[in-house]
Amino acid sequence: MLWACVLLPHLALDGVLRRRPSSDEPLVLVTGSAQSRSILAANRPARAAGLRPGQRLAVAQALLSRFEAVEHDPATTERWHRLLAAWAYRYSAEVVLWPHAIVLEVSRSLGLFGPWPRFEALLRDDLSQLGFRHRIALAPTARAAYVLAGTHDGMAVMSPELLRGALSPIPVGKARLPDEAADNLAAMGLRTLGQLLHAPRDGLRRRFGEALIEHLDYLIGTAQEVLRYYRPPDRLELAMEWTHEIEQVEALVFPLRRLTGDLAACLAGRDGGVQRFMIRLVHRDGTSTDVSIGLLAPERDPTMLFEHTRSRMERTELPQPVIAMRLVAHELPPFVPAGRDLFDTRPANALPLGQLRERLRARLGDRAIQTLHATTDPRPEHAQSAARDDVVIGQPASLPRPTWLLDTPMPLRGLAPRIVAGPERLETGWWDGGDMRRDYYVVETAQGQRAWVFCAPGERGPWMLHGWFA
Amino acid sequence: MGQVVALQSLITGRQIWQGRAVPQPSGGETTGWPALDAALPASGWPKASLSEILLPADGVGELQLVLPTLARLSKQQRAIAVIAPPYVPCVAGWENSGVAMTHIDIVCAGDPRDALWASEQCLRSGSYAAVLSWPLHADDRALRRLQVAADNGRALGFVFRDRRHAVQASPAALRLELETEPVRQIRVRKCRGSQPPALPIPFPADGW
Repeated sequence: MLWACVLLPHLALDGVLRRRPSSDEPLVLVTGSAQSRSILAANRPARAAGLRPGQRLAVAQALLSRFEAVEHDPATTERWHRLLAAWAYRYSAEVVLWPHAIVLEVSRSLGLFGPWPRFEALLRDDLSQLGFRHRIALAPTARAAYVLAGTHDGMAVMSPELLRGALSPIPVGKARLPDEAADNLAAMGLRTLGQLLHAPRDGLRRRFGEALIEHLDYLIGTAQEVLRYYRPPDRLELAMEWTHEIEQVEALVFPLRRLTGDLAACLAGRDGGVQRFMIRLVHRDGTSTDVSIGLLAPERDPTMLFEHTRSRMERTELPQPVIAMRLVAHELPPFVPAGRDLFDTRPANALPLGQLRERLRARLGDRAIQTLHATTDPRPEHAQSAARDDVVIGQPASLPRPTWLLDTPMPLRGLAPRIVAGPERLETGWWDGGDMRRDYYVVETAQGQRAWVFCAPGERGPWMLHGWFA
Repeated sequence: MGQVVALQSLITGRQIWQGRAVPQPSGGETTGWPALDAALPASGWPKASLSEILLPADGVGELQLVLPTLARLSKQQRAIAVIAPPYVPCVAGWENSGVAMTHIDIVCAGDPRDALWASEQCLRSGSYAAVLSWPLHADDRALRRLQVAADNGRALGFVFRDRRHAVQASPAALRLELETEPVRQIRVRKCRGSQPPALPIPFPADGW
């Protein structure tokens, strides 16, 4: 096993800064109650002016006359942390979230993304583009990578034999030891991890408890640590808010493209698709208009998702201006890409059948496309169904049946028809109250039409038209 | 008459229109009716084109004309669209003709304009092997769009219309008129690639 640790020392501050245009204005994150507000993090211009994390806000105001103070929001920071975990999930299936850090197992990823130096450059490029400052280290255990990332940025320990040597010079204060152990160890004269690892275990256990011994075991890999891996969320919620009101559906098209694009990216990351989702348009007074989108099969193609959602949105009427748009997807079924024949004879610009069906459904309605199949019921009204869950059983005998069926039988007008075949008596339906007794005939009208008609049993008229032999 | 011009110079100078026929259609999709195949220049439905079928009334055998073709296509696992049919297709009747109903998509469209739009989409997509439609208020331009869409999507388009539209010009590659008087027969009104046959083709009801 090889673990890479991405340490994010300025996660909260970077999360705030990446949403703003870059500037040289001093900015600090403040936290704490209204009486004792203190600085949590400060950007580079603020630190140059002497502002430090942990400082009281009043002290900072005395040091610097003008700076921007942003309230720290732990929930937002948590969201950035999860976003980065989702990003790391692209590179490894085993991602662990630790405070200010993301640890990922990379021994199997190296085969795909190249040797470690190239893979490390890839990770650093991504993080720089996302706008997060970072320190990266590689080690055979997750804990060791976590510790090394804090002390030596860019260090890579590839084999377990070298691990002890790499950890030995690290001062105990930086070894992320549990509780107060680090201070007490320093007081005892144990200043580095090397000394600590050589110290008798029994004595350490009596003085500091099991937690320290476990930590050391996990650190050098003599015990296997049980980790809680990050799992991508089972439901997606993407949101977009504006400071102004949007009154036209057309103006929502561009943000919609961003949302569906993000959705497609999320789906690609978790190798899933989406079958039904909802666009919620939030109005000023808190009410909202929902547009639900259902697809015939799970999809994740951004263009298709966008086009389909847009055609649904265009038919929506906005009762009030919109100030926010949310995309909520609760069901994320697995995605099975449609196969296409190598020797497909269809033209190159062909639209896949699935996409075409979605396009038709988007304009004509969800139930616009039907496939009929035969049922076991002998009554013509119930002999076929568009429902998918019915049992399909082959037709027992080849009785004369028309090709067109009338929804409801109607009287056959005109001159008396010539009987071609019949009668075929249908006397059935006692089980559900739909009793019927009819004699069916095939007749030819004076106009040359072949009709499927019925009348009361034993009689020859009046005729009820039920179908055409077209 | 004093001036004598060599014929060759006129021809090479492109001053004479020679009335060269359009290239012969290269084979078609057999209709399943040998007598009809024999009368058509493509020996079947013209490929990637619109075929128009004109009727005196519903129920005179118009579907029987196309059902053998639909049966063959559906058995090849190719999808067929039936757009806004005038009645519900009867599964038993279609299956008696050998059509696999799982490959038939019935598209319901309330508005005739929606039906035309759906027909064009289905023809153009290239995903449906055949598209059946019943345009109600289709003018020449609408039919031309369908013809171009069928050409783009390499699909067979079948358009069923009342026979009073026979007098109007149509861009369809093939126009058939079903007649019941005095006997049941098919008259070819137009077929791209040759003169329509003068005599009607018998289409007796006993055959289906």
